[in-house]
Amino acid sequence: MKVIKIDKAQFADGYKALQKVYKLFGPVKEKAFYNFKELVDGRQADLSFQNTRLSPKSIVFPQSEDMFTYTLDEASKDANQLKPVPEKNESRAVIGIRPCDAKAISLVRMNFDTQEYKDPYWLNLFNATTFVGLACDSPCQSCFCTTAGCGPYHEDGLDILLSDQTDHFLAKELTDKGAKLMKAAGWKTKATAGLEDKKKTAESKITAKISTDNLSGADTLALYNANFWEDASFACINCGTCTFVCPTCWCFDIQDEVHAKNGKRMRNWDSCMFPIFTVHTTGHNPRETKLHRVRQRFMHKLKYFVDKYEKGIMCVGCGRCVSQCPVNIDIRKISELMNKQASKNICAVQK
Amino acid sequence: MDNPYLPYSVRIDEIITESEDRSLKTFKFVFLNSEDEARFAYQAGQFAELSIAGKGEIPIGIASSPVEKGFIKFTVNKAGVVTSHLHNMKTGDIMGVRGPLGNCYPWEKLEGKNVLIVGGGFAFTTLRSSIIYMLDSANRPKFKDITVVYGARTPGMLLYKDELIEWEKRDDINVHITVDGTDDPSWKYNVGFVPPITEQKAPQGNEDSYAIVCGPPIMIKFTQPVLEKLGYDHNHIILSLENRMKCGIGMCGRCNIGRELVCKDGPVFSLSEVNQTPREY
Ligand SMILES: Cc1cc2nc3c(=O)[nH]c(=O)nc-3n(C[C@H](O)[C@H](O)[C@H](O)COP(=O)(O)OP(=O)(O)OC[C@H]3O[C@@H](n4cnc5c(N)ncnc54)[C@H](O)[C@@H]3O)c2cc1C
Ligand code: SF4
Ligand code: SF4
Ligand code: FES
Repeated sequence: MKVIKIDKAQFADGYKALQKVYKLFGPVKEKAFYNFKELVDGRQADLSFQNTRLSPKSIVFPQSEDMFTYTLDEASKDANQLKPVPEKNESRAVIGIRPCDAKAISLVRMNFDTQEYKDPYWLNLFNATTFVGLACDSPCQSCFCTTAGCGPYHEDGLDILLSDQTDHFLAKELTDKGAKLMKAAGWKTKATAGLEDKKKTAESKITAKISTDNLSGADTLALYNANFWEDASFACINCGTCTFVCPTCWCFDIQDEVHAKNGKRMRNWDSCMFPIFTVHTTGHNPRETKLHRVRQRFMHKLKYFVDKYEKGIMCVGCGRCVSQCPVNIDIRKISELMNKQASKNICAVQK
Repeated sequence: MDNPYLPYSVRIDEIITESEDRSLKTFKFVFLNSEDEARFAYQAGQFAELSIAGKGEIPIGIASSPVEKGFIKFTVNKAGVVTSHLHNMKTGDIMGVRGPLGNCYPWEKLEGKNVLIVGGGFAFTTLRSSIIYMLDSANRPKFKDITVVYGARTPGMLLYKDELIEWEKRDDINVHITVDGTDDPSWKYNVGFVPPITEQKAPQGNEDSYAIVCGPPIMIKFTQPVLEKLGYDHNHIILSLENRMKCGIGMCGRCNIGRELVCKDGPVFSLSEVNQTPREY
């Protein structure tokens, strides 16, 4: 795997070259917060950011996305028949995605890319995108990636990993897609140093932890019926912020929208924290209370997903839900409760 | 890439009003593109998303049977936005069907066994599909005794009345029809809820028998102890679950009961499987 040195002075030229080939996305500051945006008119990614307020999941999974269009005009021979929207295959690149967010996208892929069904909307955008990661040298206090199967220099889901070395970047090419981008940008000076030293320092800065070691062996129903859920969910106001900002949350709704005779079927992000998410037409709701819904969110992330894929938890430790929940519900505390409960069950079985 | 969200275009070929209160109608569809029929190859117990441009999609069990060719059928209860719109549509109208979706009844396990079918209300749809499948002359020898207990609130709410009468007359299937109540003096079948009628009429269960149960939650709840008493093992009690759905292919994340997705891992589960989930349905 090649490591390339990019002087910061060369960065702007590389950008210009890339913009000819790729639709570029990167973090930019708007008012008080950073978010990933399409970089138009020569705008550059602002790589001095710590983390973005929203995750970059919308780059492959837009918050609202057209799936089909149709006409309701009975005079048309295609009336009432759905037509898929044109596929989005143009080359795109995200500059400066954090390793945690990239790993999140590779976890979400397991949902959209299955043996039986492939989600063409998600996969087309994913396949068309080159992920240029930026390693995290000054993590936020709420981050706990190193215990969530990830890390500040983690490479899963990335095509290139950049490390900021004050006056230059070191770029580790991880895939062919990444090599292609480096070539298009004209960045080719071989580096003599590696990323290892900074990696160790960065990892040592992350002190927050999530405890998950007992979860995979635990009894699902014992966790589900544990008595801490009432207290844990008490303060939740069902605002849905946690799922909205989370890079690993993928639930969506499908709706039809009609203007005059022209209609479209689209999908929109949805949230398991909303009561309407599961309500039947009869009015019966299997997840009627917020206890049910908070429990669903954490059981999905920390137990159902773990058991289903055997690839760890459905959380990369980005800390967004922790820092943005208005009532301070904290996945690290919940996982601690679950993990403790799980250790009781495991002991009980072993006895 | 195949688009699993794209429905096949179909034309409404026939609409049959099933119930006296007109809340239940059966829709017979013909594929606009005849090759789509082969692509839609299904088994009894599966469901599909009925798609109406401008309104949305709804998951509905397939009421026609794999042995019936040239059309597919669904029986729809008028409930909310999409079902009400569908009830107002006419023969000749164009809409969409996406599927088949989900798993089916465990036909491989059912072969060579006695099969007890317990149905209530309009959940009888995929059970009709199953009965027609088993009674097909090529399939009937594969099964031992077939017993059906089917109930509705009143005689006027029973689905597929002509077929029920026909099955009644056959000697290779035992059919027990019941209603919760009726003031019709000429009613010659049972009166009573499904669980007690099952207790009276259904054969004892053993390792050679399976029970398939579909109906409203309350009926399922009270049928379970009856079947246990009759000796049906939890592994041999088969249920079809319903949850609110959108994608129907395991992606939108709303229909799960614990780890299982009702749309993709189900809707058919054995009672012992269901017992291992949080039962959020
Ligand atoms: C596997 C399965 C098999 C079924 N089989 C049958 C059958 O054979 N026959 C039958 O009659 N019924 C069947 N049902 C039930 C049937 O799917 C529902 O009755 C039907 O979806 C109701 O749709 P509706 O549009 O009339 O109701 P509405 O409640 O109006 O729902 C319209 C659609 O929009 C969604 N929706 C409703 N409200 C909102 C909202 N506020 N925001 C966002 N979305 C909303 C719903 O999920 C639905 O997709 C089955 C269900 C399942 C899961
Ligand atoms: S659950 Fe919270 S910490 Fe974990 S990935 Fe989602 S937003 Fe980040
Ligand atoms: S952000 Fe906090 S309050 Fe809002 S839904 Fe999530 S857990 Fe509940
Ligand atoms: S209906 Fe979308 S996951 Fe089951």
